[in-house]
Amino acid sequence: MEYGLDLEYSFNEFLKGFGLSSEIAHIIWLPLPMLLVLVAAVVGVLVTVWLERKISAAAQQRIGPEYAGALGVLQPIADGLKLLVKEDIIPAKADGILFTAGPILVLVPVILSWLIVPFGQNLLISNVGIGIFLWIALSSIQPIGLLMSGYASNNKYSLLGGLRAAAQSISYEIPLALSVLAIVLMTNSLSTVDIVNQQSGAGILSWNIWRQPVGFIVFWICALAECERLPFDLPEAEEELVAGYQTEYAGMKFALFYLGSYINLILSALLVSILYLGGWGFPIPVELIAKFLNLPINAPFIQVFTASIGIVMTVLKAYLLVFIAILLRWTTPRVRIDQLLDLGWKFLLPISLANLLITAGLKLAFPQFFGG
Amino acid sequence: MSIAITTQFICFTVLSLVVIIGALGVVLLESIVYSAFLLGGVFMSVAGLYLLLNASFVAAAQVLVYVGAVNVLIIFAIMLVNKKEDLKPINDIKSRRVISTSICLTLLSLLIRVDLTNVWSLSSPQNSIGEESTIRIGEHLFSDYLLPFEVASVLLLMAMIGAIVLARRDVMSKDISTGLPVDQELIEKSSEPLLTNKN
Repeated sequence: MEYGLDLEYSFNEFLKGFGLSSEIAHIIWLPLPMLLVLVAAVVGVLVTVWLERKISAAAQQRIGPEYAGALGVLQPIADGLKLLVKEDIIPAKADGILFTAGPILVLVPVILSWLIVPFGQNLLISNVGIGIFLWIALSSIQPIGLLMSGYASNNKYSLLGGLRAAAQSISYEIPLALSVLAIVLMTNSLSTVDIVNQQSGAGILSWNIWRQPVGFIVFWICALAECERLPFDLPEAEEELVAGYQTEYAGMKFALFYLGSYINLILSALLVSILYLGGWGFPIPVELIAKFLNLPINAPFIQVFTASIGIVMTVLKAYLLVFIAILLRWTTPRVRIDQLLDLGWKFLLPISLANLLITAGLKLAFPQFFGG
Repeated sequence: MSIAITTQFICFTVLSLVVIIGALGVVLLESIVYSAFLLGGVFMSVAGLYLLLNASFVAAAQVLVYVGAVNVLIIFAIMLVNKKEDLKPINDIKSRRVISTSICLTLLSLLIRVDLTNVWSLSSPQNSIGEESTIRIGEHLFSDYLLPFEVASVLLLMAMIGAIVLARRDVMSKDISTGLPVDQELIEKSSEPLLTNKN
């Protein structure tokens, strides 16, 4: 299954042409994909913020941002610049060190998780063996940052918000991990690339969403809860807690929270599309198109085409999910904290456990459909 | 020295320093909240050490279990009972310190002995399994380590039932702490009136 563009190999060969050793070429190569993904994440956030403003305006029959650029596309950049030049305030009675470390601890694991997001066969930073498990482990660090900033702010609303955020993400991590486990059971691998390849057999028909409909819904609900999006935004419920753990934050530290929550949303959408919607796969397999056009699959033209289709499909699926998340945010009311915990522990957890059990049984009964 | 080995050496030095200094901070710092957060840092660095040993699954499990569950719960508990109270001075503090120091030194000597007597070097570098370790761990958990694995789950179940019994007083007819009969009708009712002694 080793096909597609291998940019790293070509880049290293290109540098070796200048007489550099392979180790130095590797070191020059290493930061490039990381920077690229970081830039992609930030641009993704800008696009999502713009979408959020426009879609919320449409949902409320307003116009939304209009004057900054065509259709207000420059509005998120203006927002970002404003946050960048704002005064950085640490409240007098706050704990300075923890107050600063909190937002960093929230943002860093989210960005690290982009390590495993594939945009194509070789278009990811690192195809680590533990793949999707790395994301689950990293996302469990976030509550510490939230508790930290909630405690350090020396404000009761912040503390309550931090506690709520931690309770929420601990509760929803379990059904999330169980629904991922059902996918891993079908794939026999934790690697995200293997998970996508396992779905690439027959285009749209072989996507995991048909084999794991319950898992898909459970995962999506849990991902929304992990991102603290409405209807699950209790940690920052405006009417009750001012802004939760963000209350005392301003300037760039607030921007880190803001950035973190939107990067997390895009990441969750990307992972849903990787786990359930075939990742970079086109609804019709590219091999079929190539055969139809009588072109060999290894032709350079077909490879570039496959790679660009892969990126476009991944981003398209992810933004479709982001669109649904934004629509949900502006059309659904917030759940109460007891409803939230009831939903997590008494509904999603048993359902995802049953889903795992049924998947295991189906895998034994129909190994050709559910991964042998 | 090649670049890979240099990087590994730098990472190892930094991680070990963080583990040692962080662990000392956990023990020596006055503020319990700082200790709890530093404990998280120590757990993270230990996960980093596992990563350096090519045990990526163990590293991720360490982060998930120790940082994401154990440490978060410790911090949670500290913040829920965040009472500012002065600790009472202990009378025989000196003898206690002597005893605890001697116990710690005994444990340290035991660890040093293990370090000196064990043969650490692998027979050949090809023996390291790297990415395959996830599969091997699974095989071991379901074959020769099956009994300890299941016993551990029973232990956790027992702890959970104990916690539920302690937290929900209404499952017992007598209050565990006071010995008084429990009012079965209203679980959340406080044992003493809330508003009368507020002045």
